[in-house]
Formats: sequence, structure tokens, C-alpha cells
Amino acid sequence: MTNETAQNRKSLSIIVSKGTLDWAYPPFILATTAAAMDMDATLFFTFYGLGLLKKDLDLEISPLGNPAMKMPMAGMHIGMPNLVAALPGVTAGATAMMKNMIGKKGVASIAELRDIALESGVKLVACQMTMDLFEFRKEDMIDGVSFGGAATYLSEAVKADVNLFI
Amino acid sequence: MNDKIVDARGLNCPMPILRTKKALKEIAIGDTLEVLASDPGSLSDFEAFARQTGDELVSAERLDSHFRYVLRRKN
Repeated sequence: MTNETAQNRKSLSIIVSKGTLDWAYPPFILATTAAAMDMDATLFFTFYGLGLLKKDLDLEISPLGNPAMKMPMAGMHIGMPNLVAALPGVTAGATAMMKNMIGKKGVASIAELRDIALESGVKLVACQMTMDLFEFRKEDMIDGVSFGGAATYLSEAVKADVNLFI
Repeated sequence: MNDKIVDARGLNCPMPILRTKKALKEIAIGDTLEVLASDPGSLSDFEAFARQTGDELVSAERLDSHFRYVLRRKN
């Protein structure tokens, strides 16, 4: 904690709208780092982003419709044609490969970053409308999450120095 | 001699910074923390971290296989 008053503290807010393994990283990396840099941070989880708040984190990555996803293999970077990516088991295989790379390269897991976010006081807000829409229950979500809507997000965003949509 | 050491070698962004912040909170104001990191982006990150938090980056050295930083907790 710095000696700065609450009003002087810088702050970050991010709308988190994506829930795949790859897109889970930017919001959690930025929010935990902001907290480490004495900033207040709020993450507002909406639509597919809500999955990142579930107790049971089951994140996947898919090469389907993702031509930019070229994985390092045998000294090259290789993408996957959609016809292959659509086959059963390919999403699970690509996910396993990505998790293997994440471990080898010393990249933290999303569960680890999420724990640090909670410990360091990052505000995690779940979009109540999406909770209702997708029929998620509060007990599906980790402890420490609060629930709110557009006005809740905007009241944080209007005073934040950095606002992002991911 | 520094008051605490964080060995963040082998860890990638943002873990060296997150471990550093945790350790800084555990030392007294005015004490120093030594951090070892292998992340090639850490030099820029530690400079930016110190600028934002007000902690002092006393030294930043590039050794053979890693970086060595010394930070002094300022507040």
C-alpha cells in the first residue's frame, strides 16, 4: 500500500467478455499487475467471460475459425485447417497442448492468477443479466464475486484511468 | 546484504512482478529486496513497476543467464 489517498490511486477496469483459455490471460494478468502497482482494479465478467468465475474452471482453446493460432511445432509454426479443427477431440488435444506449453514456459495457470487477483483485492463483478440468461447460479461461482449490471460497471469505469474491453 | 531474496527465475510475466510485490509487503520500509528473474521482459517491467509504486530500483544487472534487481521499499 502506498501513502497515497484513495482519490490519488490510479485504477483499471476491464470488461471481460471471452471465456476461452487464451483470452482468460489478458484480464487476469493486467488486473493482478495493476494491484501489484498499487492500482485499484475491477473486472466485469459478462457473457462468455462469466465462465472464468466458475468454481469448476474448465477452460479450453479451439483452433476452429482461428487462423492466427499457429502452434510451435518441429521448429515451425503450424496452423490447422478448419476441416481438421472441427473433428471430435481436436479441441481437447489443442487445449492439452497449450496447457503443456504454458507449464513449460513458466506461465502461471488461470486458477493461480485468479487466486492472486482475489488476494490482492481485485474486484470481480459478475454480470447479473448474463447469470440469468445462461442460468448460472451464484453457488456455481467462486467466493468473493459480487453481482451487478451496467450501472455498476459504469460507476467504476467513469473514475478509472484505464478502461479496456477484452 | 539485502533483507530478502525472491528467486523468480523460470517464471514468466507477470509472476516476477507479483512475487516481488508480495515480498516487498513483507519487508520494512527502507529495507531492500533482491530479485532474480530470467524473463527477458523483466528489465522494462521492473523499471515501470518502480516508477508507478514509488519503490526505488536501486540496481538492475544483466548476468549471464538471468537478471538481478535490488529494490528498496519506499512506502
